[in-house]
Amino acid sequence: MVKQISIFLENKSGRLANVTRILGENDIDISALSIADTTDFGILRLIVNNPEKAEEVLKREGFTVASTDVIAIAVEDRPGGLYKALAILEEKSIGIEYIYAFVGKRSNEALVILRPEKPFDAVKVLKEKNVKILEQEDVYLL
Amino acid sequence: MDIRGLDRMEYWNPAYECMSREEMRKVQFERLVETVKRVYHNVPHYRNKMQAKGIEPGDIKSLDDLKHLPFTYKQDLRDTYPYGMFAAPLSEIIRIHASSGTTGKQTVVGYTRKDIETWSEVTARALVCAGADKSSVVQVAYGYGLFTGGLGLHYGTEKLGAAVIPISGGNTKRQIQIMKDFGTTILCCTPSYALYIAEELHEAGVKREELSLKAGIFGAEPWSDQMREEIENQLGILAIDIYGLSEVIGPGVSCECKCKCGMHINEDHFIPEIIDPETEEVLPEGSLGELVFTTISKEGLPLIRYRTRDITSLNYECCECGRTLVRMNKVCGRTDDMIIIRGVNVFPSQIESVLLEMGETAPHYQLIVDRIGKLDMLEVRVEMTQHMFSDQVKNIESVEKSIRSALESTLGISTKVTLVEPKSITRSEGKAKRVIDNRKI
Repeated sequence: MVKQISIFLENKSGRLANVTRILGENDIDISALSIADTTDFGILRLIVNNPEKAEEVLKREGFTVASTDVIAIAVEDRPGGLYKALAILEEKSIGIEYIYAFVGKRSNEALVILRPEKPFDAVKVLKEKNVKILEQEDVYLL
Repeated sequence: MDIRGLDRMEYWNPAYECMSREEMRKVQFERLVETVKRVYHNVPHYRNKMQAKGIEPGDIKSLDDLKHLPFTYKQDLRDTYPYGMFAAPLSEIIRIHASSGTTGKQTVVGYTRKDIETWSEVTARALVCAGADKSSVVQVAYGYGLFTGGLGLHYGTEKLGAAVIPISGGNTKRQIQIMKDFGTTILCCTPSYALYIAEELHEAGVKREELSLKAGIFGAEPWSDQMREEIENQLGILAIDIYGLSEVIGPGVSCECKCKCGMHINEDHFIPEIIDPETEEVLPEGSLGELVFTTISKEGLPLIRYRTRDITSLNYECCECGRTLVRMNKVCGRTDDMIIIRGVNVFPSQIESVLLEMGETAPHYQLIVDRIGKLDMLEVRVEMTQHMFSDQVKNIESVEKSIRSALESTLGISTKVTLVEPKSITRSEGKAKRVIDNRKI
């Protein structure tokens, strides 16, 4: 599984820019991101090359930061590619809290981050069906 | 009268501390009548106030007539600075104390010999509440001087017959040395200084067994139950809360007993009332409101219905310790901080206590009051903490919702809860500005 860091942001201008500035200044590379937002606040979720350092510097700057294990999978980059993986989870009734895609991709594969309800069960069933699951090292090198 | 456990000194003055309500009301009435006469005849300021309300001493026919008497405000003491409110000539005054006066002129208080006797009596009661007796060694680390803390406990200790160490505040190394060498059993200081001493003891590598400390009487500043736990665990003692204000007498107006469930007010000397600070009506038993004191045995500076500006409630149920003296709860705020929203009195401290229940420490918060159309709206901004945060929106929204419903049940009005980023609430001198009132009334 892969470490994701989440950051609490108020819904006002300049907040996201501020986070990316701090990460840039500390040489931290973002390989995937998503934002969940409500009218008042947002949660920025990031996959970065050095999650421990990112957490440390952001906390030092006064942000509220959480670290969560998520699953990174590689799916075929063609119509129906993502469905193949999701169908496996659907069949086992494993719900998905949220999902987002990577900024880059590998050759003919698209990379997706999944946060299922039951992460360990999800990894197991995906592995059984030969879905390619990326490890920490694979992701950080992207 | 049923007085249990006389093997150890349980009460200093059970005749008053365990008096029946009926007897207490009789004592209070007799003393109130004398006090009203005294101020009417000796203090022009009071005579004018009473005449303005058309009241004479003879109109006080029962304890319930107290509510017809005029209030006394801190401003009255400032207006008559320094001795204008004294009800005894200077020839009878044997001690003068004064408050720091950070928010205006100093307030000056004077004591006759009998007042010092009364003050010693109530602090002796407090010491016995903490388990002290004649053989105790009491280290008074409250400041000595114009501040009433040091000398108040000092005289109580002497009255009790225990040994007092008048070390005053500061010089923590020396405090520790003396505590160890002299076998201090009772420590009197502010709760924050007690924690500081505990840390220094730890630093110095002094073990619990090297000390004889059994209890501490802590006051002169607000402190939480969490702080009590810390002090009790770190020092291995019983930590009890004492309350007082120099205008009324100083420390010893009320003090907790070993049950730690409210501070017993020495009602035979000070009659408490709880009023609505806005309407100035006396509130029913148990209500939260402003604490008002009438001193009924003082000669130097008797005060009628003195507005403390402290917010608390009273509990008249009999305490497990056997004392019948009414108990006041911890002061949970100042009337200066009160805001009125849709006719409901709201104290920032109520919001703080709700937030405290949600986690280990209360996050910073701010109240924003606005009038939208004709309706007052209260928005509570709460800084996000590590504890409340999650990577999922639904979890954060459920935190928001639980804060909102806890606030609604505590305050009795609905609020909007907004979670904001840490440190986004402006602080001045380390303290957050709690209330922003945008209403144009």
